[in-house]
Amino acid sequence: MSPFTPAGATSPEATEVPTPPLVHVEDLVVVLGHGRSARTVLDHVDLTVERGGVHGLVGESGSGKSTLAKALVGVHRPASGRISLGGIPLPRRGMRGRRAAGLPRVQLVPQDPWSSLDPRRTVAETIAEAVDPVRARVAPARARISALLEQVRLDADAADRYPHQFSGGQRQRIAVARALAGDPDLLVADEITSALDLTTQAEILDLLADLRARLGLTMLFISHDLAVVREISDEVTVLLHGRVVERGPTESVFARPSDGYTRRLLAADPGSPGFSLEAGPV
Amino acid sequence: MAVDTALLAEAALRGPAQRRAWRRSPSLLAGGAVLLLLVVVGVVAPLVLSGRAETLTGDANLAPGAGNWLGTDPFGRDILARALVATRLTLLMAAGATALSFVAGVALGAGALLAPPRVRQVLLRVFDAAVAFPSLVLALVVAAVLGAGAGSAVVAIGLAGIPGFARLTYNLAQGVATRDFVTTAHLLGVPGPRVLTRHVLPNVSGPLLVLLTSSFALSLLEISSLSFVGLGVQSPQYDWGRLLNEALPSIYTAPWLVLAPSLMLVLAGAGAMLAGDGVARLVDPRQVHGAPAAAPAPAARRPPDAVVLGEDDDAADDAVLVVDGLVVEAGGRRLVDDVSFRVRPGEVVGLVGESGSGKSTIAMAVAGLLADGLVADARTLRLRDLDLLGRPPARRLATELGIVFQDPSATFNPALRLGSQLTEVLRVHLRRPRAVARDAVVAALTEIKVTEPRRRLHQHPHELSGGMLQRASIAAALTTGPALLVADEPTTALDVTVQAEVLRQLRRLQREHGTAVLFISHDIGVVGALCDTVLVLRDGRVIDRTTGAALRAGEANHPWTAALLAARPGTRQDRATA
Repeated sequence: MSPFTPAGATSPEATEVPTPPLVHVEDLVVVLGHGRSARTVLDHVDLTVERGGVHGLVGESGSGKSTLAKALVGVHRPASGRISLGGIPLPRRGMRGRRAAGLPRVQLVPQDPWSSLDPRRTVAETIAEAVDPVRARVAPARARISALLEQVRLDADAADRYPHQFSGGQRQRIAVARALAGDPDLLVADEITSALDLTTQAEILDLLADLRARLGLTMLFISHDLAVVREISDEVTVLLHGRVVERGPTESVFARPSDGYTRRLLAADPGSPGFSLEAGPV
Repeated sequence: MAVDTALLAEAALRGPAQRRAWRRSPSLLAGGAVLLLLVVVGVVAPLVLSGRAETLTGDANLAPGAGNWLGTDPFGRDILARALVATRLTLLMAAGATALSFVAGVALGAGALLAPPRVRQVLLRVFDAAVAFPSLVLALVVAAVLGAGAGSAVVAIGLAGIPGFARLTYNLAQGVATRDFVTTAHLLGVPGPRVLTRHVLPNVSGPLLVLLTSSFALSLLEISSLSFVGLGVQSPQYDWGRLLNEALPSIYTAPWLVLAPSLMLVLAGAGAMLAGDGVARLVDPRQVHGAPAAAPAPAARRPPDAVVLGEDDDAADDAVLVVDGLVVEAGGRRLVDDVSFRVRPGEVVGLVGESGSGKSTIAMAVAGLLADGLVADARTLRLRDLDLLGRPPARRLATELGIVFQDPSATFNPALRLGSQLTEVLRVHLRRPRAVARDAVVAALTEIKVTEPRRRLHQHPHELSGGMLQRASIAAALTTGPALLVADEPTTALDVTVQAEVLRQLRRLQREHGTAVLFISHDIGVVGALCDTVLVLRDGRVIDRTTGAALRAGEANHPWTAALLAARPGTRQDRATA
C-alpha cells in the first residue's frame, strides 16, 4: 500500500481492509479534571466516519460532543480506548507540531466566530498561516488566499481587512477558508452555526453543502440542533451524558428513532410536526 | 477583561482612528512633548554645554543671577548646565533599566506559559514572592553586592522591575492562550514559540505598553534615589540623583543647588506619568467606541402616521400594554423606529427578528430597563393606566410587570439563597410576612412543576439546572399576579428538550392565570408555537404583523417573514426533498 511499507512486511489485515475508515474511535473514555473534580465526559464511545461522508454528532449541553471533537485533534487525551485516523493511531501530541507521515489532516472549525480569528491579523495573514504554519508569509500565498476566499464566497478584497470588520457569518466563512487552506482530509465543525442568525445559518449550511459537492470533503458536523444535522448529514450519532444512545443513517434515525431520548429530542424541535405546547410529558 | 482591552486598543491603534485618539488625549500629547523635549536636551546638551558644566572656575557658590541662571556649585560650575548635561546619562540609565525589566520580564512570563506545569508553578510562586518584595530594597541589595556605579544601578533597578512585567505578561497571555484562535494555530501545526510571538504577545501589548511607560517613570526615580544615597553614579560622572547628593551638604548655605536637578526630575517624572496616563486612556475601551462592522445608517424619521397597523381602536381601552410610536435612540443612532402595538388581556404577543432588529430594546424600554445612553420616547407607552414614560412608582411597576430574562444563571445573585430572592417582591413591595411570601413562592414553584420546591428555597442558584432556574424565575415573576409578563429570549440559553418543557409550563400558566405576555425571541419556530400575535422586526421597525397560527401553517405575507420561515433548517429540508 504505502511506499514506506518495508518489503515483505505484508500484513494480512491490509489485504482484508483495503481502506480503513478516516476516523475510527473505539471504546473511548475521556476524563476531564483531576482528583475529586474528575468527571467522565466520554464514556466508552465508538464512532466511525467513512471517507467522503458527513457524520452528524448530536447532543445537548454536557453530552460530550465538543470533547469528542477535541479528542480527535489531540487536545484531550483518552483515559482509555483508541482513536485512529486513516488506520494510524493518533499520536500523543495530536495535531500539534509536526504531523506524523501518513496521518490524515484534520481541521477544526470552532463554534465562536468572535474568538476563532486573531483580531490583530488580517484575513490574508490568518489564512497564510494555515498555508505555511512556520513562516506564514502572505506574499507567496496571495493566489491561494484569493482562491480560498472565492471558495467561501468572499470577495478577494476581504484579504487585507481585519476580523472586526466582518459580521459573524462572514467570520465563520473566513474560519472555513482557513480550515480548507491545509487541504484537510477531515473537517470537524463544532457548532459552527449556533451563534448565527437563522438566515446566516442557512447561508453557511448552503456553503458547506456546496463545498462538499465540489471538494468531496469528509466532515464531522457537531450540533445541538437536530434539524440542522438532518439537513447536512448522511449518518448521525446521538450522544447523551457522554454515551452513544443512537446511531445510524440520518433518514432512518429521523424516521424511526429507536431510543426514547432521540424521540424526545425530535419532538422538542419547535419546527417539527410533533411539536406541541398543549400537552406533553411533565 | 484586560485581554479585551488589549484587543480594543489594537483596533483603535489602526487606521485613521489612531490620529484622532492622539488628538483626543491631551495628557498623552503633553507627556509625549515633555519626553521629546528631554530627549532633545539629552542629545544636544552634552555637546553644547559640557564646557560650562565641567570646567572649574573661580565663580564658586554664586546665587542665581544673570550669568548663571540657577547659580554655581562650590567648584564654580554652572548648575543649570550640569543638570541639562546630566539628562543624557539619567535617561539612558532609566531606559536601560526599563528595557532590562521589560525584555526579561516578558520573556520569563511567556516562558512560564510554555513551560511544563510543574516548572510553571515554581516560576509563578517566585514571581509572586518577588512582586511582594519591595523593589527599592532589592535594588539596594543588588547595588551593594555589585558595588556602586552606573552599571550596577541599571542592573539593580532593571532586575527589581522584572517580576512585575513577568506576572502581568503571564496573566494576560494566559487569558489569550485559551482563546480559539490560539488553539487553532496549534492545531495548524504552528510551533509553540511562534504561536506565542505571532498570536499571544501582540494581543497583550496594550496593557504592557501602559506598564512600560509607568515603569520608565519609576526607574527614573529609583535610579536617582540610588545615586542620591551614593550607591548609583559615582564622581566624576553625574546624573540628577548625584547632583542632588552633591547639593545636600550645603542645602542650608546654598539651597539653589537642589533646584535644577529637582526640577528636571519632576519634569521627567511628570512627563512619563502623563504619557502613561494617556496610553492607558487610549487603551481604555470606553474611550475607543469604534463600531466593529459598518453600522447601518440611521434611518430617516418617518412621519408618525406612516405605520398604520390596522388596530381596531375600540379594543384599545382594555389593552394591558399600549405602545404607540416608540422610538429608542443611542447617540443619534435609531435602534427602534416608530413601533406601535397593543397587548390585550390574556394575549401572547411575540416580537421576532434577528440580532440587531431591536426586539430586546423594545422589551427593555417597556420594562424601563434601558441601558445607559439609550433614550426612549413615544406618543403613548402605558401599562393599563400606568404611564411608563414618566417615572412610574416602583411598587406598581414591580407588582404589575413581571420580567424573565435570557440567561437564568445571570438572573439570580449567586451568593444568595433562592428563597430570599424569589420572595423579594412579595416582601418588599407587597409587605407580606416572610412565611406567607415563602408559602406563596412554594405554591408557585409547585405549580410550574419545580421538583422539591421547599428545598429549593434553601439552595443557591448554582445548585439548580438552567431549566429549573428558568422555571423558578417565571414562577417568581407570576407570584405578584402581574398584568404583563415580559419574557426576553427566556429559552434561548436552554437545551431544546428543556426549552420545550419550559415553554409548555409557561403556556399553561399563562392560560390559567390569564396573564398577558410580551415574548421576545429570535426563533420564529418558538414564536409561532407560543404566540397569538406576532410582530416581525427588522432594523428597529415592525415590517410585518402576523399570527402564530399563520406561522405554524408556514404562511407569510411579507417577503422577510417568508425568508425567516424558509431559513429554518427543517423547512429547508422539506423544501429540498419535495
